[in-house]
Amino acid sequence: MLRLEKLTKTYRTGDQALKAVDLDVPKGQVLALIGPSGAGKSTLIRSINRLVEPTSGKAWLGDVELTSLGGAGLRRERRRMGMIFQEYALVERLTVMENVLSGRLGYVGFWRSFLRRFPQSDVDEAFRLLDRVGLLAMADKRADELSGGQRQRVGIARALIQNPALLLVDEPTASLDPKTSRQIMRLICELCAERGLAAIINIHDVALAQMFVARVVGLRAGAIEFDGLPDGLTPEVLTTIYGEEDWQATIDKVDDEEDEAVA
Amino acid sequence: MSGVLAERIGRPWKKPPLIKSAAWRWGLGIAALVYLVLAIGSIEVNWSRVYEGLERGWAFIVAFANPDFNSRASDITEGMIESVIITITSTVVGIAISIPIALGAAGNIAPMPVYLICRGIVALSRALNEIIVAILLVAIFGFGPLAGFLTLSFATIGFLSKLLAEDIENMDRSQAEAIKATGPSWLQWINYGVQPQVMPRLIGLSMYRLDINFRESAVLGLVGAGGIGATLNTAFDRYEFDTAAAILLIIIVTVMALEYLSGIIRARVQ
Repeated sequence: MLRLEKLTKTYRTGDQALKAVDLDVPKGQVLALIGPSGAGKSTLIRSINRLVEPTSGKAWLGDVELTSLGGAGLRRERRRMGMIFQEYALVERLTVMENVLSGRLGYVGFWRSFLRRFPQSDVDEAFRLLDRVGLLAMADKRADELSGGQRQRVGIARALIQNPALLLVDEPTASLDPKTSRQIMRLICELCAERGLAAIINIHDVALAQMFVARVVGLRAGAIEFDGLPDGLTPEVLTTIYGEEDWQATIDKVDDEEDEAVA
Repeated sequence: MSGVLAERIGRPWKKPPLIKSAAWRWGLGIAALVYLVLAIGSIEVNWSRVYEGLERGWAFIVAFANPDFNSRASDITEGMIESVIITITSTVVGIAISIPIALGAAGNIAPMPVYLICRGIVALSRALNEIIVAILLVAIFGFGPLAGFLTLSFATIGFLSKLLAEDIENMDRSQAEAIKATGPSWLQWINYGVQPQVMPRLIGLSMYRLDINFRESAVLGLVGAGGIGATLNTAFDRYEFDTAAAILLIIIVTVMALEYLSGIIRARVQ
């Protein structure tokens, strides 16, 4: 479904953020991308929807090659890639509903979006999604009135209303408390399963990643160091990804904690 | 205890001075003082002329105590209406032109050639003082409010474009990036990702500019660009200080009212 071939990004400063990354993500697979800060996780997912312009290499979404697309083609393909951000990245002065509907911008004309007269099917879908993430009552609130967890739910609804084939998720839980983090991860994974979506989730919290995903890819200094099942993350593997540290506690934690139900 | 720490313990701490070298620090201070003394010494004051002027000044102040709104009421009304028209039209037209230029002058969203052109327009507008532009435009279009309107529209562009562009450059990148990731057209991206972030500033600056344009329209009248300034100029020329005082009072009250109004509006849009 998504295929990266020798995807490389060298920043103008000469930093090589991605070193010829090859990656294949089949339809419906949720993949966690782990690695230390600066390993190129953010650059990798932004190189896919070209918020960062890759230096060389290719990326296929289905049959479409992304790196060679021009303006209109790129916009069309961006609609198929929903993105969820670390600090939620909601437009704070817009209402929750406007934020969700902004996911439809690629599908409607300028005047419709400017006058906020979206097609009824989009409006209905926005309400359905808000209900699904538990925020139906907040539709007309301004985004900056919400709590962190609520904002991230709006971010999820915005990504899903694009009707994407792939979710690109950048540190969805980095600014959330541990409980909310789990709820958000669970929500993302459930929605991916419901809709058969593939997802790449950048995440710092190794234990949280192991808890929810089917496949883990470890990135170090722009190159893939590990690619396998969550169980394969042994202390030795974590040491090759992150460097020397006592990893036992990180891995043990997974078994000890019990899950809470989605609030 | 390490050696570096042992050396520090027990000794007072002072903020490092802005200029490190003591000689430079004192030298610059003394030089500034000497220059100040010499500069004050070089001002020539003609005291007998000041004495004569005091009398006129006093007449002017006395006139303020009993301003005359009536004898030139129709001139004043006409001038005020003209000024208000100049102010509103030039602000509206200026803002309308400023917004696209501000988008072009924001380095984070405009491509380099557009950026340079728009910055050039802003620099030109800011480099030319209103009075100078007004003199030029009065020479081209003749006496009257048209020259005033054009001058203030031009001045508004420099002011609003620059400050709005700076606000766009300071916006939160991630919000704009998130909108961009949904695949919108450029205009949709501006409308959803950028505009909501800069709207309060745009409204605040527009109100502030309305205020400035009214004050400027009073000054521009002095060089023939119409408005209440022209009425004021005539009153001075005729030595009708009581009428001039009335006009100045009206200007002051109007500016204060605008200031108060813009304060309320700016507080509301946050």
